[in-house]
Amino acid sequence: MREEIIVSGRNNPMVDPNLHIWHWQIPLYLFLGGMAAGILIIAALYYIRGREKDYRTAVRITPFLTPFLLVLGLLALFIDLRHKLFFWQLYTNIKLQSPMSWGAWTLMVITPVAFIWCALHIRDIFPQWDWKYSWLKALEEFFNKYKKALAWVMLIYGIILGIYTGILLSAFNARPLWNTSILGPLFLASGLSAGAASTLILSRNSEERKQFARIDLVMIGIELFLIIHMFMGFLASTQVQIEAAQMFLGGAYTTSFWVFVILLGLVIPGVLEIMELRKLHIPAFVPALMVIFGSIMLRFIIVYAGQMSRWLY
Amino acid sequence: MRYAMAVDTRKCVGCSDCVVACQTENAVPIGYCRDWVVEVTDGTYPQLEMEIRSERCNHCANAPCVRCCPTGASHIVDGGIVVVTKTDCIGCGACIASCPYDARYPHPKGYVDKCTFCEHRIRNGMKPSCVEVCPTKCLYFGDLHDPNSSVSLVLKRRKYKTLIPEAGTDPQLYFLI
Repeated sequence: MREEIIVSGRNNPMVDPNLHIWHWQIPLYLFLGGMAAGILIIAALYYIRGREKDYRTAVRITPFLTPFLLVLGLLALFIDLRHKLFFWQLYTNIKLQSPMSWGAWTLMVITPVAFIWCALHIRDIFPQWDWKYSWLKALEEFFNKYKKALAWVMLIYGIILGIYTGILLSAFNARPLWNTSILGPLFLASGLSAGAASTLILSRNSEERKQFARIDLVMIGIELFLIIHMFMGFLASTQVQIEAAQMFLGGAYTTSFWVFVILLGLVIPGVLEIMELRKLHIPAFVPALMVIFGSIMLRFIIVYAGQMSRWLY
Repeated sequence: MRYAMAVDTRKCVGCSDCVVACQTENAVPIGYCRDWVVEVTDGTYPQLEMEIRSERCNHCANAPCVRCCPTGASHIVDGGIVVVTKTDCIGCGACIASCPYDARYPHPKGYVDKCTFCEHRIRNGMKPSCVEVCPTKCLYFGDLHDPNSSVSLVLKRRKYKTLIPEAGTDPQLYFLI
């Protein structure tokens, strides 16, 4: 029999008895950033492929959500910092090995790009809009001229943002649950799925809705595949990763993960979307909201459970 | 230069003097600690075996906390010591999440704090305060590159282990067994 105790006592706040250094801010940001990335990737992709007319909402309307999502996400990140006055240090350093540094710089690029993209389409929301100042009009003309280049920047940085929200966690080998490269593509797929869902809610065009229900379905399929793949990887790995997987296979997070993420967030909206594509009348916002809810829950559960998983010690 | 520490688990009695000395020397806030003592008991009475370990930051040669830090506040200084520059630290917590030994903590003032091997003392030719006060002399500190340092000498003649080397961190805290 083995008994192992810290006899000197150790109760460092936010570290003991289990790590809980990250609270709601980080998973909320991971969701908001991922959803914004999904919306921008889809908008940029359809614009570059010249499908703007067919998918008008996705290219011109849904991106109006992204400045709000990104600013809220940045705010959440800022609230999470404990040494707030020094936040500018993020932008006086580039650390290639730190995903957080990558993320800070990616946000620095994609946030202004999202604002510019919305500014170029402002007349879709407010038809009477007037920029008033001549330099703003000149700026609009400039970006309109190079809109394709802007779309490429948006696409590439959108993909980096979407993947990085997962890589951020997988870089921590101290937390076996996070330490899987599947999290990058999983969070990207989840972000794309939430992005497609937001167009599904906003679109008034039945052809566009059908297309986005299809995109959502494909993403749900990919997510389910990646999640199964992730658990296969864990169960075939070291003891610490087997234990990380056990948290979802009978452990503390079993119910919340399988009910909120898998059932309510993926399987049921997937079934509803199939029914919708088969011409059964389903209000489009129901599966779409469920997908977004599942996407939030995935981040929260992975971030919280990850902090509970640790090396044998 | 490569500073390292060896802990004699057979000599340590678990008095926790090292913990108190560190808290005093480094003005560690109340309720926090940079080092701690783990007691492991194996077997059933009367066949018992005990191992007592005074633990702290492992000053890893492949430190994940340094890798994950987005600002470079966590960095490695001369002698392989992992330190945090307070005024570069934004308190994001990435280094705390990346440490498999949970050796770091968020200081109430916002920045991240941890064991420094008492850098301010060793640069002046003194020993870290935990080593200085140990009543059983079970802590050895020195330069691994110097074959005559106390830590090199003791590692040459004793069997030792490191903690979870499989985490890939190349820890520099050696436990004599």
